[in-house]
Amino acid sequence: MTALPQSQHNTHVPVPDAITKPLNIKVDVQALNFFYGQFHAIKNVSIQIPEHQVTAFIGPSGCGKSTLLRTFNRMFEIYPDQRANGKIIVDGEDILSSRKDVALIRAKIGMVFQKPTPFPMSIYNNIAFGIRLYNKLSKAEMDSRVEACLRSAVLWNEVKDKLHQTGTSLSGGQQQRLCIARAVAIKPEVVLLDEPCSALDPISTAKIEEMIEELKTDYTVVIVTHNMQQAARVSDRTAFMYLGELIEFGDTETIFTKPTKTQTEDYITGRFG
Amino acid sequence: MISRYQRRKLINRANLTMAVLTTAFGVFWLLWILWTTLHYGASAVNWALFTQDTPPPGSGGGGLRNAFVGSLILLGLAVTIGAPVGILAGTWLAEFAARRKLGAIVRFLNDILLSAPSIVIGLFAYAIIVDPLGHFSAFAGGVALALILIPVIVRTTDEMLRLVPGALREAAIALGTPYWKLVTRITWRASASGILTGVLLGIARISGETAPLLFTALNNQYSSVSLNRPIANLPVVIFQFAMSPYTHWQRMAWAGAFVAVVFILLLNILARLIVRRHSGGI
Repeated sequence: MTALPQSQHNTHVPVPDAITKPLNIKVDVQALNFFYGQFHAIKNVSIQIPEHQVTAFIGPSGCGKSTLLRTFNRMFEIYPDQRANGKIIVDGEDILSSRKDVALIRAKIGMVFQKPTPFPMSIYNNIAFGIRLYNKLSKAEMDSRVEACLRSAVLWNEVKDKLHQTGTSLSGGQQQRLCIARAVAIKPEVVLLDEPCSALDPISTAKIEEMIEELKTDYTVVIVTHNMQQAARVSDRTAFMYLGELIEFGDTETIFTKPTKTQTEDYITGRFG
Repeated sequence: MISRYQRRKLINRANLTMAVLTTAFGVFWLLWILWTTLHYGASAVNWALFTQDTPPPGSGGGGLRNAFVGSLILLGLAVTIGAPVGILAGTWLAEFAARRKLGAIVRFLNDILLSAPSIVIGLFAYAIIVDPLGHFSAFAGGVALALILIPVIVRTTDEMLRLVPGALREAAIALGTPYWKLVTRITWRASASGILTGVLLGIARISGETAPLLFTALNNQYSSVSLNRPIANLPVVIFQFAMSPYTHWQRMAWAGAFVAVVFILLLNILARLIVRRHSGGI
């Protein structure tokens, strides 16, 4: 695995400064292009996402940040007119050209969506569903695993007495924490969050942001957000995208205080977007 | 000179009046039909109707037991054949052929089948089953009803599955769920109440079909549960008894019609209850 400072890729993107400890690169995107039919949505993007950090993608609507995120678990493949070329290297393997079962890639790279998507089953089974895809556990093991997942989502105390009620009976914020718990239940290495708070109230948002902070000790987190304050609060690295291009990527603090590109500065100061 | 606002209010009132009148026109006939059935039917309903078989011509007494049993057997047969075929075909349309040309063609053909006159279906079942076997049978009747039921179930299954939000599918796929498991564990479950409602409404639709049964199950004066022989069934018995010269039989036809209407009403209410209980489920 490459350490960030030695990296030779995408020299046009400034390497984050003030790196005190060497960071492993978890997701190494190289010259990625993405097309919706004829529309060229991502243009030659290279970005290196460090392990055990929270990386935020920001930018105006339609800039390609969600699209970029959705290439990391090959989600776009379920739509026939969408295609990607380039390389996305995770742990030394290019997941775009990998012949490995795509389910195994998705098990390693979990995802949480904009709107809460509890499955039409009980709260317990929402968590157990994913686990059962990969492991055969005894009832007792499954019970403790489900409890641990719900605890890590700070949801256990709210749902422990109604584990067998349907997941849709929860509030929006609770549903979203359930979805995060479900994503981490299968022990991925990378967690992709696609605007996870955009449908939530401020209190639920604060709870999810706390979770994100804790998630990075075990996982590499990538979050797409429309909310710049949120990016500033939760992320270690921020990537600014505009019209399908990666404009600037660096330490969140640097991006928000002294960005090198005028486009970045214009966006974060609210002059456009 | 009236103001624009008053003019708008006037047009609104005129349209509203028209809408209320046309609704009343439709409801009027429905209530008349229900009232007639209730008036002539309810008074003729008695215990013997459910415990005794259809009487021979000229004799008194008797009931419609064999017709009720026969109709339930035919419905059971139709659902046994039609529900799995319809649900699987609807699933294929919505989940596996949604973006394919073949899917669009099959969906179009299904819509044609959906509006095919039931007598044509009856003739078809006659040609493929009754004619080769040389005799009418309950089995042929069940197949004819299944052929009417299938397109109804295909259509509702297809529509209900396509209502399942794409985000739910993506969420399951993001966990690495295989597609067959996504369908059987997630999307079927999310649309279960809709699919079940479709099946119930389909049963309501076929439970009154008479034309296809005339060519297939025909009728049987005696109690029979054999699938290989003609079988008594409510619609044909109602037809036969209502056309008969005996007032006693005519009263029994009304009673049968009343029971049929109540049965269909209950199916519709059940379907509505299921939808209400599960609405907001997805």
